[in-house]
Amino acid sequence: MALLKDGLAAADPYMDVSGAEAPDFSGAVIISLPQWHKHKAALSGRADPLGIVLASDEKPALIKDDLEHFSVIVLQFPTFRDGRAYSHARLLRDRYGYTGELRATGEILLEQLHYMQRVGFNSFSIDSPNAVRDWEIAGADLSVWYQPASDQRATATLLRHKTVQD
Amino acid sequence: MYKYDEFDSRLVTERAEQFRRQVKRRLSGELSEDQFKPLRLMNGLYLQLHAYMLRVNVPYGMLSSTQMRKLAHIARKYDRGYGHFTTRQNIQYNWIQLEQVPDLLAELAQVEMHAIQSSGNCIRNVTSDQYAGVAADELEDPRVWCEIIRQWSTLHPEFSFLPRKFKIAVTGSPNDRAAVQVHDIGLRMHRNDDGQAGFEVIVGGGQGRTPHIGKTIREWLEPEHLLSYLEAILRVYNQDGRRDNMYKSRIKILVHEIGADTFRELVETEWAELRDSELRLPQSEIDRISACFAPPDYPRRADAKTLLDSQAAARPDFAAWLHSNIAEHKVPGYAIVNISLKSLAAPPGDMTAKQMVAAADLADEYGFGELRVNHRQNLVLPDVPQEQLLELWQKLNTHGLGTANIGHVSDIVACPGLDYCSLANARSIPIAQEINARFQDLDRVHDIGELSINISGCMNACGHHHVGNIGILGVDKKGKEYYQFTLGGSSGRDAALGERTGRGFPAAEAVDAVESIIATYLRLRASDERFVDTYRRVGMEPFQEALYGAA
Repeated sequence: MALLKDGLAAADPYMDVSGAEAPDFSGAVIISLPQWHKHKAALSGRADPLGIVLASDEKPALIKDDLEHFSVIVLQFPTFRDGRAYSHARLLRDRYGYTGELRATGEILLEQLHYMQRVGFNSFSIDSPNAVRDWEIAGADLSVWYQPASDQRATATLLRHKTVQD
Repeated sequence: MYKYDEFDSRLVTERAEQFRRQVKRRLSGELSEDQFKPLRLMNGLYLQLHAYMLRVNVPYGMLSSTQMRKLAHIARKYDRGYGHFTTRQNIQYNWIQLEQVPDLLAELAQVEMHAIQSSGNCIRNVTSDQYAGVAADELEDPRVWCEIIRQWSTLHPEFSFLPRKFKIAVTGSPNDRAAVQVHDIGLRMHRNDDGQAGFEVIVGGGQGRTPHIGKTIREWLEPEHLLSYLEAILRVYNQDGRRDNMYKSRIKILVHEIGADTFRELVETEWAELRDSELRLPQSEIDRISACFAPPDYPRRADAKTLLDSQAAARPDFAAWLHSNIAEHKVPGYAIVNISLKSLAAPPGDMTAKQMVAAADLADEYGFGELRVNHRQNLVLPDVPQEQLLELWQKLNTHGLGTANIGHVSDIVACPGLDYCSLANARSIPIAQEINARFQDLDRVHDIGELSINISGCMNACGHHHVGNIGILGVDKKGKEYYQFTLGGSSGRDAALGERTGRGFPAAEAVDAVESIIATYLRLRASDERFVDTYRRVGMEPFQEALYGAA
């Protein structure tokens, strides 16, 4: 599994212990929502980076008051058809003000990278032999965006009326 | 009509090129059919029983004559010389070669057309009133808002992988011709007490296996907030809609399960956060799009009723056509003409390339080069001078386009059925054609009066049988095709779902059953009462007696 962060191949500093029965929380780890609920007090004050993974049926409102504790939030796509995390990403970025790493994981199609990037993901855990190339292809296909999203791209509406004013 | 600017053009061109690369990866074997499937579906390409089928969007049913000629060209070059207009105002080609699709899409892009999101679990082509902008009864032109919705929904990053497909319809007239109550979202324009135009927002209507009439969740929405409100609805649905069972994934199930009041609260809470975001429509953008739909410069004409009456008196066929196929235009001296695609010569909604070119030429000669597709699979010429109707009718007849049956018994809506579709349980087209053949006597057709028959070849209800005055559903019974009947359905302002008559009939008896239902109506109707009104008055019982004998 390759990690792509901000368009570049990156090493993953985190150990994913979200599925472990007797997790070892030392070092940089990614935990599950139930683990967070159970060990919140112990994990809150630590110095090592902490990440959390949310299943597609776990809404980000459940952690909206805890965001300061997480340096990465991982949202799962159990199949490419399950699009709930697109809304979850937007809520984390636009509504709850999360600015840290937002990572997509699971079944991700190359063509979805573009949508994911628009809704606020900046890292991707992808099962691909050449993730960087995939990223470049996905990013180069389109250059017009009709609707505002969680990226900073100017919409067609904005550009149209800016041109008129200039 | 809407004219693409550099942004719109660039998007459809880039999208066509993107698909070219995807097809290349498929043909080289880099992508498996499983991996390719979601990509082709995003571009309206289905794999059917015999070949690929491509569904091309006709945004809210509007076509220029140039676009119509391109559709004809595509029918000739890439298909077998014809196309099929659908109940969602689109066109489908049934005999497409995968390797040719990129070129086909590039040709569509040249005339400001595309197939983006014509399938898949995303927001589909927005549909509207086929008389938009010209209807005498219209309050507001819905096309402005349809185009705004089209752009907002195109490649929406958050809503391209919804639980299920999503259909939006807009009407600007109190006489709903867009079936807004049986859509995922229906928008009905009306005026508030201050005289300001806005939207009634209806959600959770739909057909398919579990039909529902939509529920109003907001009586009046200011137009500038349209997109933020839609985004709020979609965000609630995207998160909370069921994904465990594809037959329970439409928004109608969510609204039904949690209740319209709870759904409304969720939407309003979400909307409170979104309403003053960048989604709020700037007046400059509303103005830019409205300008595209400004009425053409109609040369002044006198009302030609006297002339038409004398022409009709001499020609009963013309009189019949005037009676069924003409609708009232908002400008004096003009008429809205419906072109029936329900002749005996072809399946409902089918049109040959030659007919498409003829219709395009007539749109130029008798109008401003515009055509419409309606959701009953017919076409419309929106701006015909009344005094030229006779001439136009004669020309339509030479192309097999003058059938005088709009809104009548032989104006049958039918899905492709088992002849084409891999989901179907039974054939639809042959049943439609048999009924049509049985009702060829125009006097009889017009005596029966306003009546809609809808046929679906399976319970997915693409032929909208739930809202036909007479609905016919094909089912498979131990390997044989049977047809079940529903009565009393309607998709208009008085929207209703039809009720089952009882056991189904084998294919050989289906047309006799239609005859029996109609004979019962004719026996019971009061003066010029419509079929649906008689049914509502007398109920199911006499019809059941006629079909199955006394209980």
